Amino acid sequence: MGMKGNQLAKSIIGVVVFYAVVKFAVISGVINPYWQRVLDQSLIYVIGALGLSLIFGFTGQFSIGHAAFYGLGAYSAGLVSKTLGTGSIPAFLLSLFVGVIFTGLVAYLIGKPVLRLQSDYLGIATLGFGVIVKVGLDNANKLIPELGGATGMTGIPQVATFEWVLFFTALAIIISRNFLHSTYGRVCTSIREDEIATKAVGINPAKYKLLVFIFGCALAGLAGGIYAHRYPFLHPTSFDFLQSFNFLIIVVAGGMGSLTGTVVTAIGWVFLLEGLRFVLGEAFMDWRGVIYAVLLVVLVLVRRQGLFGNKEFGFFAPRAVITKEGKQHVAAGS
Amino acid sequence: MEFFLNQVINGIQLGLVYALIALGYTMVYGIVKLINFAHGDVFMVGAFLGYFGFTYWGLPWPVAILVSMVICAILGVVIERIAYRPLRYAPRIVALISAIGVSFFLEYFCSLKFVFGANYRVVQRPLPEISWHIGGITITNIQLLILVAVVGMLILLQWIVHRTKVGAAMRTVSFDHDAARLMGVNVDRTISFTFALGSAMAAMGGVLYAIAYPQIQPFMGIMPGLKAFTAAVLGGIGLIPGAVLGALIMGQVETMTAAFISSQLRDAIAFAILIIVLLFRPSGILGRTEPEKV
Repeated sequence: MGMKGNQLAKSIIGVVVFYAVVKFAVISGVINPYWQRVLDQSLIYVIGALGLSLIFGFTGQFSIGHAAFYGLGAYSAGLVSKTLGTGSIPAFLLSLFVGVIFTGLVAYLIGKPVLRLQSDYLGIATLGFGVIVKVGLDNANKLIPELGGATGMTGIPQVATFEWVLFFTALAIIISRNFLHSTYGRVCTSIREDEIATKAVGINPAKYKLLVFIFGCALAGLAGGIYAHRYPFLHPTSFDFLQSFNFLIIVVAGGMGSLTGTVVTAIGWVFLLEGLRFVLGEAFMDWRGVIYAVLLVVLVLVRRQGLFGNKEFGFFAPRAVITKEGKQHVAAGS
Repeated sequence: MEFFLNQVINGIQLGLVYALIALGYTMVYGIVKLINFAHGDVFMVGAFLGYFGFTYWGLPWPVAILVSMVICAILGVVIERIAYRPLRYAPRIVALISAIGVSFFLEYFCSLKFVFGANYRVVQRPLPEISWHIGGITITNIQLLILVAVVGMLILLQWIVHRTKVGAAMRTVSFDHDAARLMGVNVDRTISFTFALGSAMAAMGGVLYAIAYPQIQPFMGIMPGLKAFTAAVLGGIGLIPGAVLGALIMGQVETMTAAFISSQLRDAIAFAILIIVLLFRPSGILGRTEPEKV
């Protein structure tokens, strides 16, 4: 489990440097509020995509319903925050906590029966769950008027600053990375590689699949909770199956089984979409979706293993383990 | 009771259109194990081409349907050739992402102003609607048209798959690509044929859908595509009778939910049923769960 002290120190320095660079860019006017919003969005995507990366990229459990958990987190955290109404930091953290717990609980209830299904059937079942959640959110105002239903939800205190977003992103990255390099993470990779062989060595795959599913969905819930406190308007269409495709695309395009790939691609993907808006200008805005689609197809055609394959870099790379024989082994999870 | 029976008929109408789309999904899945997410968009292109055919190009509607089917068959083959064939032996998820990309491409490209445009278009029906009242039940000529067209298509499909050489090739390829190749089957050509056949049926479904529910736009294929695929999974993906059975169930569930519970909940209930069925029959209603071999 744990990291060596110097690695932790290095990563904290990394985050601080990143923060300082962004802050400097904001003060000097290089990053205007618009691009700050885009940056925050990309970091929120990192948190959500990490969740799917663990579930699908590392454990091989095909889910096309990830955005549903992102939405459940956003709406539940948003509801708590809106009800408390203070917008204070403790209220913000409490609502995030509630959002994560609620999302994890739903993931448990859904994952328990559904994770028995194999590959594409699991994908379709999670896709179906995503549609059900979307319909639920569309009609949520009939039960709880504050949720707004199909007209969208407003009135959540906007307290998630860049500092908070960055803090939670760093936290999510560190937890995910340590999880993968733990015994649990190794079991997950072995389930992806061969579930029957995993069973044969006396491990119960169902338990680990459920565990990683809850964990990954809770990360999506955290991302949703932050989203709700960063952008003033929640709408069910932001959490439909097309959004689930986005997470799926990020994980696959980054490289299945590469946390580095997931993080870099999540950020790059959000900036690509916004960048296209900027580059194309008003006259060619309609072409944005076309260009995006072509880029996606070309990317998988020329680099089917994803941008990073299953390689990890820097902080994400597994640390080398020196065994008694003095040989170097690389920890699992890569 | 009469209201109920009329809903049954409406459900059959919807289910038959879903069946046409579901067949393409299931055949492609059976043969290359790919969820072809772009299939719903081929259905959309088919609907538009049929609409242009009988509205602007002055074609009689049966000819418009045929033209649409031929163009979509070519489109299906081209999609397979460009976006799926190079990835045929890559991990399946990669081809799936490619399919999502093609789906986005068709939707956004068709939304461009010089293609179809992003707005809704109201379809002027090429044949006047006639309804017959039989003991309280209302049947329209459009429903009859759909029934005849779909049943005819099913018979044709059964004949192709079970009585022709290319059908035998399709069945062989769906078992094992390498073994099929050793037996002298041209695998590439067989897969192309499957895409052509599936796309042509989706196009027919599209035109019939546009006639029955006369409003079209470039994103119209997403939901029917998703539901038809769900229907195929429900029945047991890869199985032609399964796709039809699943589609008919899907049509009924959706119509009944809309009529008796709430039209807003129909998608949710349809998918809830899918999940419940999968939990008890993990390979669909007609599918067989094969024991995993080590």
